[in-house]
This record gives sequence, structure tokens and C-alpha cells, in this order.
Amino acid sequence: MTKSNGTAIHGDRDSMPLLEVDRLTVGFGDAPILRDITLSIRRGDTVAVIGESGCGKSVFMKTLVGLLRPTSGAVRFDGRDVHAAPDAERLAMKRRIGFVFQNAALFDSLSVFDNAAFPLVQTGGEPRAIRETVDARLREVGIPADAFDRFPVELSGGMRKRVGLARALALTPELIVYDEPTTGLDPIMSDVINELMLGVRRRHPVTSVIVTHDMNTARKVADRVLMFHPRRRLPADACQVIYDGPPSGLDHDPDRRVRNFVRGVAADRLAELAAVNQPTDASEIDHG
Amino acid sequence: MSSVVPFGPASAAAGAVSSVAAGPLVGNRHPHGGSRLRQRIERTGRVAIEALQAVGDVSLFFFAIVPRVFQRPARGTLLRCGYQIGALSLPVVALTGTFIGMVLAVQSYAQFATLGLESRLGAVINGSLVRELGPVLAATMLAGRVGGSMAAVLGTMRVTEQVEALEVMGADPIHHLVVPRFLACLLLIPSLTLMADFMGIAGGYLYSVAVLGIDHAAYLMHARNGVTGLDLAGGLMKSLCFGGIIAVVACHRGLNCRPGAEGVGRAATTAFVHSFVLILLCDLVISIAMDHLWWAMYPDGAGALL
Repeated sequence: MTKSNGTAIHGDRDSMPLLEVDRLTVGFGDAPILRDITLSIRRGDTVAVIGESGCGKSVFMKTLVGLLRPTSGAVRFDGRDVHAAPDAERLAMKRRIGFVFQNAALFDSLSVFDNAAFPLVQTGGEPRAIRETVDARLREVGIPADAFDRFPVELSGGMRKRVGLARALALTPELIVYDEPTTGLDPIMSDVINELMLGVRRRHPVTSVIVTHDMNTARKVADRVLMFHPRRRLPADACQVIYDGPPSGLDHDPDRRVRNFVRGVAADRLAELAAVNQPTDASEIDHG
Repeated sequence: MSSVVPFGPASAAAGAVSSVAAGPLVGNRHPHGGSRLRQRIERTGRVAIEALQAVGDVSLFFFAIVPRVFQRPARGTLLRCGYQIGALSLPVVALTGTFIGMVLAVQSYAQFATLGLESRLGAVINGSLVRELGPVLAATMLAGRVGGSMAAVLGTMRVTEQVEALEVMGADPIHHLVVPRFLACLLLIPSLTLMADFMGIAGGYLYSVAVLGIDHAAYLMHARNGVTGLDLAGGLMKSLCFGGIIAVVACHRGLNCRPGAEGVGRAATTAFVHSFVLILLCDLVISIAMDHLWWAMYPDGAGALL
């Protein structure tokens, strides 16, 4: 990147979206899981991605952060292609993105403190500064000091998730991606996590993408909701993003699939499943 | 061996070639049996391709490790792996070494005693230990004790997304997880082999002298004459290869683990089985090469039974 180019980008930086997804197609084998997704996420927004299991929201999220490579299309983070960037640049990009895993994915061999300090140690910070930052981050998510030396296996699910959040926050990222942050937690701890996500947003100027099943999270934390529909149950040319708007519009959306999902009504899906269970001669072909 | 072990490109490929060669002939004679035969050929071909892919995959993995060996390992990782792999394996390697030395004495005594050559037992026991049993035994114990657990640990890390966590934080999983294990295996297996050699020699000596009543001076003299420095060096060189094989195969199986508890279990098992087969294969190749070298250096033999 040349200097003049850099300043040009810097000039209208705030008006430029942080993430641009351009005709993104991701898939394994012949059947794409995501096809032709085009959208952009503005700086400072909190976007919830919802949808049934298998709709490709996890794949979408993993492609955003560069864990999966797209079959075609591109993801641009701050104007730079995440997947086409040279290694050094991609590494720098990864350090600007925080990722909170579904089950925290803490390193079993490291203590709570060392887990939260890992990204900082990676970037080669000064030990004292690391100590202070990690201390502050862990307290921010409500981890008591006497738990710093414990190991992930000794922690409850909610605590692990909070340590995972502290680790994602360690490098003060510009984008935080949450993978099902409240799944597997009791309602109270779910709300604690929701509040933490709101708190993170208040304290740091951060853009968030939250992949979730939890409508409470989507309503409470997000200011924009994207709903995906499983590719294989869509007509070939239909758009896979079936809702894109504020959480308040979900209940009155003209699309029946969106309303059913939000209210948790399974009638249509049950009818589809019943149709699938009808005996066909496909099984005979298999054995012949 | 190939019936026990679902690995081995050579046997699988040979099978594929033979069925392909037999294919068209049989197919022409029985037009109705064609589709079934075709299926069988396809299946065999697929197995061969998968086996070749696996070999290629492991090779690529190895070549991905090599340049990273020269980067500085992450703080504390090498020491922890070294402790796990080396220090904790020491007792079991020492114990099995002792027993193997004693067993060798028990098994070979009768044959040698009938010829009145029982004092030569030392040469036989120590020679086979230093050349063959020490390195292979240490490697087998390491493959079982360490290879399986390395694959299980890395497999669990893969399944619980810890490997992906490393990647998103910009840390290279091979540099972080594989290189310390590879280096620890490579650096420590010679010491473990020496331990197995030493304990085997001690065990064989003790049993021969204390139980079988062989004269200890004669035993020691023949033992010294029967083993050359090249034997020891060859054994240690072998062990280096074995250590590399164990680490590469175990880490590869672990990082490519399939999801779920079964995936982790499978990774651990295949890590042991695959590395064990490769160890024996590698052992055969090196032994043949060393044998030629040995006879070139000692044309009259060293302390041979003349």
C-alpha cells in the first residue's frame, strides 16, 4: 500500500464501511453453503446474524475472519481483501479482529491469565504493560483476581466464555465477532453476556458481528439483523439473506419464514420434514 | 502385516494394479458381471488414491515443519514438551529395556550352551540391543506413550476449536503446536535409546552372570569385542529417524482429527499404528544400509564366532 493511497483511504475512512462482502460464495464440493452474498457493515454497527442451523451463518463468520477461503467473491476489511492479502498484511488484519468462540476455545494448557494474555504475548508486548492490560480486561468481564491462576477445565461455562471475551478484547480490536455467545448458558448468564457485549460497545469504538440463535440477544444488543436461509431449501436464484433491517422490524416482516423463526413456530418446517420422510425409491437405488 | 494395518501405499497400490490388470479380460467374458467388477476396481482405485494422498499429505506436512524448526519456538513450549516426552518416558523405557536384555539371555542361552559358547552371550545380547532392540523398543514405547497422547491432545484442540483460535489470533499452529513436539521427540529419543541400551545391557549381564552363572570376565570381554562404535552410532541414527516419524505422524493425525470423541480416539490409534509401521519400514531400510556399511568397515567381522 503506497502512502498516498493510505491517506486517500484515511480521508473518508469514517464513511467507508469496515466490512464489505462482495458476491461471496463459499462451499465444499458442488453445493455452495453461501452463494452470492453481498452486503456491507458500517463502522460502529452491531449486526446480529440469525437463521436456522445449516443456513451458513457460521461459515459466513469464519470466512469473514479468514478461517475459511471463499470459492469466489471477496471479503474486504477496511478496504483490503482479507483472503488475497499477503501473509504479513493478513496477520496485521487478524490482530485488528477479535473472535469469541462458541465454547470459548481457551487453551487448556494455559491459565486464565495466560489465555487472556496470549494475543499480547504474541505481538511481543512489554511484560508489565501486558500484566496491566490483561488485569483490566479480565476485571472488565467480571473475573475475580483469585481465578487468574486457574485452568480452563476448572471454570464454569459462563466464566470460560467471559475469559474468551477478555482474550478477544486484549488487543482492542476494531471488529469483534461473536460465535453464538449465549448458547449453552442459563438465562441469567445469557443476559450477563448480553450486557457485557453492550458494555464493550459503550467503552470501545468497536464494530460487532454476532452470530446467534438467541432472539433476546438479537433484540437487545444488535442494531441491525441479518437473517440467512439454508441454501439447499431455496430456489436457485433466490436471495439467501431473507431479512436485513433493525430488530424491531422482525415481528412485522412480510416474509412468513422470518416471522416463524422469530416466534419459534415450526409448522412450516414440520410439513417440509414430513414430506422428506415420505418413502422414496432412493434408498433402493443406493443398495442396488 | 498389511492385513493388520490399514495403511501402506505399496500394498494398496499393488492391489489396484493387479485388479486393473485382471479387469478388462474378465469383463469381456462376463458382460453382466461388468458393473460389479467395475465397482470393485473403482473401490480399489479409490483406496489406492486415498493412501497415496495420505502419504503426500504427511510429506507436505513434514516440509511445512522443516522451515519453522529454525524459528524460535514459543516461550516455555519446548521445555514442557521435552518434560512430557523425555523425562516421563524414561522409567518405562528403562524398565522394558531391562526386561528385553534378560529375555535375550534366557532365549539364547540354551543354543549357545550346547556349543559351549555361553560366554559369547554378551556379544549377542549387546549387539542386538545396541543395533536393533534398543532403538526400536524406545521408539515403540514413545510411539505408544507419547504419539498417541500427542495425537489426542492436538485432536482435542482441533475439535474444541483451539487450533482455530490460534489461527485467528495470528499464531501459526504448526509453529506453536507441532515444532516443539517435533524438536522434543528428535532431541530426546537418542537419550531414551541410550537408556534402553544401557538398561538392556545391564539386565542381560545380571541375568547371565547372576542366574546363568556365566563367567563375568569372559562375558564382559566378548561383550566389548562384539559391539563396535558404528553399531551404537547406527542405532542412534535410526532412533533420530524414528523420533521424527513419531512426531510428524502423531501431529498430522491430531491436527487432521475428525470431529467428536470418536475422531479423537481414532486419531490416537492411527497415530500409533501408522508411526509403528513406518518405524519398522524405516528400520528395515536403515538396517540394510548399515549392514553394507558395517561389512565395508569391518571385512573380517568384529569378534565374530570364528
